[in-house]
Amino acid sequence: MAKSARPIEDLHPDAPVVDFANVSIGFEGKHVLKDISFRVERGQTMIILGPAGCGKSVLMKLANGLLSPDSGTIKIFGQEISAMDERQMFGLREHIGMVFQESALFDSLSVEDNVAYRLHEEHMPEDEAHTKVVEALKFVELAAAIAKFPSELSGGMRRRVSIARAIITAPDLILYDSPTGGLDPITSTTIVELIVKQRDVSHTTSLLITHRIQDAFTLATHQFNKATGHMEPIPNGGIDDSTRFLILNEGSIVFRGSTQELVRSEDPWIREYLA
Amino acid sequence: MPFLNIESFAKKQVAGVQDYSLLAGRAVANLFTAPRYWSEIWSQMDSIGVGSMPIVILTGFFTGCVLALQSATALKEFGAVNKTGGLVALSMVKELGPVLTGLMVSGRNASGMASELGSMKVTEQIDAMRALGTDPIRKLVAPRLFATVFMLFFLTIISDAVGIAGGALVSTTLIGLPWSSYIADSYDKLLYGDVVAGMTKPLFSGFIIATVGCYFGLKTTGGTQGVGKATTEAVVVSSVFIIVVDFLVTRLMIGIFGS
Repeated sequence: MAKSARPIEDLHPDAPVVDFANVSIGFEGKHVLKDISFRVERGQTMIILGPAGCGKSVLMKLANGLLSPDSGTIKIFGQEISAMDERQMFGLREHIGMVFQESALFDSLSVEDNVAYRLHEEHMPEDEAHTKVVEALKFVELAAAIAKFPSELSGGMRRRVSIARAIITAPDLILYDSPTGGLDPITSTTIVELIVKQRDVSHTTSLLITHRIQDAFTLATHQFNKATGHMEPIPNGGIDDSTRFLILNEGSIVFRGSTQELVRSEDPWIREYLA
Repeated sequence: MPFLNIESFAKKQVAGVQDYSLLAGRAVANLFTAPRYWSEIWSQMDSIGVGSMPIVILTGFFTGCVLALQSATALKEFGAVNKTGGLVALSMVKELGPVLTGLMVSGRNASGMASELGSMKVTEQIDAMRALGTDPIRKLVAPRLFATVFMLFFLTIISDAVGIAGGALVSTTLIGLPWSSYIADSYDKLLYGDVVAGMTKPLFSGFIIATVGCYFGLKTTGGTQGVGKATTEAVVVSSVFIIVVDFLVTRLMIGIFGS
């Protein structure tokens, strides 16, 4: 995949990729997120869990500057985005890929034009853009659907096109907003396999929202085997070191830590939630 | 539905006016800076301009016909049937052509813009566009604004022309007025100031249709029900604005040209 032109990590090489400090936001007088603080280091996958309506998607939009916090600071690649205007954010977003909850593909554009959207905006020559689109669609195993329109695709296919659109410029940070939401278990596993593949092949830092705990543990306990081209369990019951968990409830963080810390948690609410 | 207190209601209205002004200002500013989405502009000109021609022609033509019929009946009492041409031409060019065209295009396109952008908003396509580094105002609003203002100007000219032609048809076939008399009176009565006044109005109406339609589309919330609400609000607000601004522009033009 094409690498973004400017190496953003060179600007603040030691800074965490995502850094939320005391972030709060509310809508129409109701608090949605309260005093949220966490960090995601380079190469980590932060899985965000929590019941519906606890503010997970809002947190994801804050991380991409699509919403501004009422208080607190958000730093992405060491740059404070809560102080940036929309024009400055466009430059930073070149390094961020986002997969939306309902795919958010452009209805009027074909799969090829959807995936190549960012390349077309950068005025990349058509031949070069087409090659990159084919490469991205092969990654998500959907090369045959290149000429189709979103309305002709199933929910799982739309999600895969959305992933191809997010990774085509090889971003330094990928935000997955419920990529398996509303999908059947088999299709969900296909999507999780793609996320594991992206994580283990490109080692991209990512934030991932899910309400399916089994998907979260699959991510933590599986790896991508380049030889077989498939996801497989990490040998000897191993756990992926780069995976971290963040659990939200009623707009506040109730857990933040590694997979081992999560499964050993004695917190009654967490134990009930995981059960 | 809970009652809003006066303070909340006032704050909401003021915030709405502020958001609308910011959107309109940014859309205008984007027309003067790169990048410009020319393919989007051509596509909108085709959709708004060419697509609206049938309704504009039909409305203009039959308005001219009715105007001639009604005017001739009234003028007959004063023995001034030969003044029908001038009355139809003045009414069409100064008032009915611009206002009716604005209202028809508003009904067709302000609703279209609100529903299209509203659907994009509720399906997160607007957020996706921002996440992919594109300014939705530059990509979606500015082309619609330019296309509506540009095409409405020419649609109004077409409406005026077919309205006068419709009046001529009724005058010659039903009223028995000579063709030359109708045309000569129309030409004599129409002054430079009348044409300028009539041609100024679509510039304001086009601005209102595009900005109001896009504003309600981009502030849509609440799924498909919200899209329906945004569409209705866009048509109602833009239609009322067109009539109010028509009054203000008419007063201004009378101040400038004196008639």
